[in-house]
Amino acid sequence: MSEALAKKRKIQKYLGNVEVKIEHCKGCGFCVEFCPTGALELSKSFNKKGYHPPMLVDQNYCNGCDLCGLYCPDFAIFGFRVGPNPNFKKDEKAK
Amino acid sequence: MSEQTNHTEGEPRVNPVLPYLREDRMPHIWCPGCGIGTTVNCFARALTESELDLDKVSIVSGIGCTGRVAGYMNLDAFHTTHGRPVAFATGLKLANPDLKVVVYSGDGDLMAIGGNHFIHACRRNIDMTIVCVNNFLYGMTGGQASSTTPDPATTTTAPYGAFEHTFNLPFLADSCGAVYVARWTTYHVRQITKAMKEALAKKGLSFIEIISPCPTLYQRRNKLGDGLQAMEYYRDNSVVKSGADTREVEIKYQGEIICGKFVDRERATWLDCYNTRNAAAIGARYRPYPWRENGEGGVK
Repeated sequence: MSEALAKKRKIQKYLGNVEVKIEHCKGCGFCVEFCPTGALELSKSFNKKGYHPPMLVDQNYCNGCDLCGLYCPDFAIFGFRVGPNPNFKKDEKAK
Repeated sequence: MSEQTNHTEGEPRVNPVLPYLREDRMPHIWCPGCGIGTTVNCFARALTESELDLDKVSIVSGIGCTGRVAGYMNLDAFHTTHGRPVAFATGLKLANPDLKVVVYSGDGDLMAIGGNHFIHACRRNIDMTIVCVNNFLYGMTGGQASSTTPDPATTTTAPYGAFEHTFNLPFLADSCGAVYVARWTTYHVRQITKAMKEALAKKGLSFIEIISPCPTLYQRRNKLGDGLQAMEYYRDNSVVKSGADTREVEIKYQGEIICGKFVDRERATWLDCYNTRNAAAIGARYRPYPWRENGEGGVK
């Protein structure tokens, strides 16, 4: 799974972020699997119920599309756009 | 319940779905990997996009896992007895035709126990939206075989595998007269949102079937993995065929799932037919229902 995730990852034109309500997460992994840019990962830490909530690997990979929020069955995560990404270079797109 | 988040800096942001939920009821009772929460997300976003007055939207559910949706949504809601959400919603719609009535329930509740109410609501073409979350069995009551359990899936009441012929829900709705029929899986979140938006705007009975994983009872008993594996199966095995003949969209066990918008047509609703008939029979004395405060409607 991690290889497929790594393949999706590239620096995005826009910078996004996610907010996770850690105690509401049930660790189903929908957000990690279906994130179009592979920006999420289940964290090693766990919440009170013993589930591993997702976390952002690197903010450069998230463009704030909020698909994680649309998939999350527990209403625990949502994404939002912060602004243009200063680390984005045009030739990055060509790769 | 603590509200711990990973929020670090700036103004706290609010999940766009949260205004539609009763926050004090969260976290909900649905299992990890269950798709019902995903459909609620889509419904909330469809409500946002369709810009409806939320005081005029009411949601009716029956018994079952999906029946809990009425309790979790911050709308006028009613949690009816088993199998009777369509009957209740019919009364609600006719008592107050200004309401946008949404029936949100599961396959066991709507199609097995409440099947008769469903076919007659389709026949009468009552103006409402029916969302059926199909997980192929009765979830909350313990995983009994329902009218949609495919041969040879194992359930608690079919330990050697279900053997009955199943309902083909889009065909049932289509043949009974629904004006909008669509089927999607919980993997197709954007399409569900769009379908719900169209269904809310459609006049007449619109029916959306959503295939959802049941990791605790259906997936586990049939050794199909967890909710995530079910979602991957939907991604790999669903075929989008909008406008397909509903006779050919039956679901086989672990087979291809044909998704799409199958029916979108115009047909007079029950209330229109009622007013037309009475106007023809009574003549000029008849004022069409609903009767308004400004004196419109009613028999003079």
